[in-house]
Amino acid sequence: MIAGIPKGLSELMGQVTGYIYPNEIEIHWSILIVVYPYITGLVAGAFILASLVKVFNVKEVQPTYRLSLLTALAFLLVAPFPLLLHLGHPERSFEIFLTPHLSSAMAMFGFVYAWYLMGVLLLEIWFEYRRDLIVLAGQERFPLKWIHRVLTLFSKDVSDQAVAFDRKAIKAITIIGIPSAFLLHGYVGFIFGSVKANPWWGSVLMPIVFLMSAIVSGIAMVIFLYMVITAMRNEKIDMRCLDRIASFLFYAVIVDFSLEALDFIHRLYESEESIKILGKLISLKLFMNLVVLQILLGMLIPLAILVIARLRHFNEDMRKLLYFTAVILIQMGIFSTRWNVVIGGQLFSKSFRGLMTYKMEMTGLEGLLTALVLLALPFVILTVLIRILPTRRLQDPLPEVL
Amino acid sequence: MNKRQFLKGMILFIPAGQLLETLARQAGAAETGKKEPARQDAEPDAGLGDYRPAEHWYGMGIEIDKCIGCNRCAEACKAENDVPAEPFFFRTWVERYRVMHDGEARVECISVNPQQRRADREGGDDRDVLRTFFVPKLCNQCAHPPCVQVCPVGATFSTRDGVVLIDKDRCIGCRYCIQACPYGARYFDHRANIADKCAFCYHRITKDLLPACVEVCPTQARIFGDLRSKASRLVRFQRMNKVGVLKPALNTEPKVYYAQLDGEVR
Repeated sequence: MIAGIPKGLSELMGQVTGYIYPNEIEIHWSILIVVYPYITGLVAGAFILASLVKVFNVKEVQPTYRLSLLTALAFLLVAPFPLLLHLGHPERSFEIFLTPHLSSAMAMFGFVYAWYLMGVLLLEIWFEYRRDLIVLAGQERFPLKWIHRVLTLFSKDVSDQAVAFDRKAIKAITIIGIPSAFLLHGYVGFIFGSVKANPWWGSVLMPIVFLMSAIVSGIAMVIFLYMVITAMRNEKIDMRCLDRIASFLFYAVIVDFSLEALDFIHRLYESEESIKILGKLISLKLFMNLVVLQILLGMLIPLAILVIARLRHFNEDMRKLLYFTAVILIQMGIFSTRWNVVIGGQLFSKSFRGLMTYKMEMTGLEGLLTALVLLALPFVILTVLIRILPTRRLQDPLPEVL
Repeated sequence: MNKRQFLKGMILFIPAGQLLETLARQAGAAETGKKEPARQDAEPDAGLGDYRPAEHWYGMGIEIDKCIGCNRCAEACKAENDVPAEPFFFRTWVERYRVMHDGEARVECISVNPQQRRADREGGDDRDVLRTFFVPKLCNQCAHPPCVQVCPVGATFSTRDGVVLIDKDRCIGCRYCIQACPYGARYFDHRANIADKCAFCYHRITKDLLPACVEVCPTQARIFGDLRSKASRLVRFQRMNKVGVLKPALNTEPKVYYAQLDGEVR
């Protein structure tokens, strides 16, 4: 045994069914690469929910506007970590910025990420919070006072004109932001969809399916956070807001489901060279994750719950319970979707003659524990962000302090 | 903040951005300058002596009917190129195909372990076998390589003599190339944390030597040559045989050509 070669690989040789190319025994993209599209999907989805308020003037959703932005930011800040931890040479990752290879979809990561973080999200948050932070800084003591002053970049203008400019800026940024959010997650889908060697991935629908599932997961996450945060603060949930978001979630799930069904039927009907091995992949390796977790528990049951919640006139508590159950199932379903794409795409041989096994590490750098930490980290960041940046807008008109 | 103040801010912000960009460029130039003292576009063949890459276009021919499945090529390759000894890291390997009477094809990779090899050979009932043959596999050195296309930092690249190489000092170990290769020709070298694969023994062919696998093949099932030279053995091989490549529908334009290629081979 040569130092550094993962111990489990020899064991996996006994778990191959059929024939695989010998080099294929190792599953190269681990659970961390499952976490990555899951997280970016939440970012894109949360941002798109936020933009409903600003671009499409959906007033009911206003109570979750700031929460959506902060959710997007918290997850976006964590998004590069699964990638960095996965690299063989993370210390060389800056090469992607300095000498990007322009024909590579992956080389665009840095630019898409930087643009979305700095050109869209931080800018929108800054304009959204600027006035409130100036007001807050005027009322507070050290250290929050200084944190807020620094965050406003020492601007002090709260005149009506300035606030009007903020609003205009936010609208402009959101209009640019929607295609940017599409780009961010569509591009992640493209990374997989453009691999022609892999029939499970190589599909023109992949970026669009990624995008729709991103919207589903992002909206569901914001509903979840909104319900949890209001409960923790002992506040009353704005049911008009919740019902409205839930109806968006319902439509998003329908579109997502239709797209995935289209993809599935199309593959089955075309029945290309790879169909036999993909059939085996689903029946032998992915049945639980794909059929039970992703489709049944993660999509059909939540869809049924949302339909029931819409059709029957339940009281508020019952609706809350239904929504809450649905969004948790949806999160699990979307995580399974990411798993089935990333891991599923590596469980069959490109010789189309055999299946491999993925044995997840528990404690290693690319193990379950790291993945759980990375999944928990955005919530920690969000808690800090909410402390610094209040999710509720300060009342108009301004207090006397200024 | 009014419009005037915003614009003022932008006037400061833009030159600051340019300053950062200049600094980054300088840092980048210093870094690449260190590795390549002679700029590539100025003197492309510097350091190669008399060897002129642009004058060659390498490929390999494989005559399937000549392969006896002795696995000497795979062993020689492992020794020559310091490929990990494990039975799942190969730059080249040999597949045994047994097509049965019912049409089913049974495929296996010939083991590097002699005992396992003997056991594989003796197992199974030969009466049901319709035809059987061996297929050596290696990196196809595609003229249109998907691995090169997807590498985010350009660490894997096509040389002008038609070989796909990996810059070990530049590879970040993202493994996108491994995913993109339709032939399973790449593996991850855990000792250096980079992707690796067959390089046609580039250190040998640039000195007019044959790749190790070709050198040791006892039946001359592998033919290495220069497609630019009409006198090369590879051109003769192509003239004398009907040849095929693996997975032509993927448009990777492989430069490993197989004679007597069976439809079952993928």
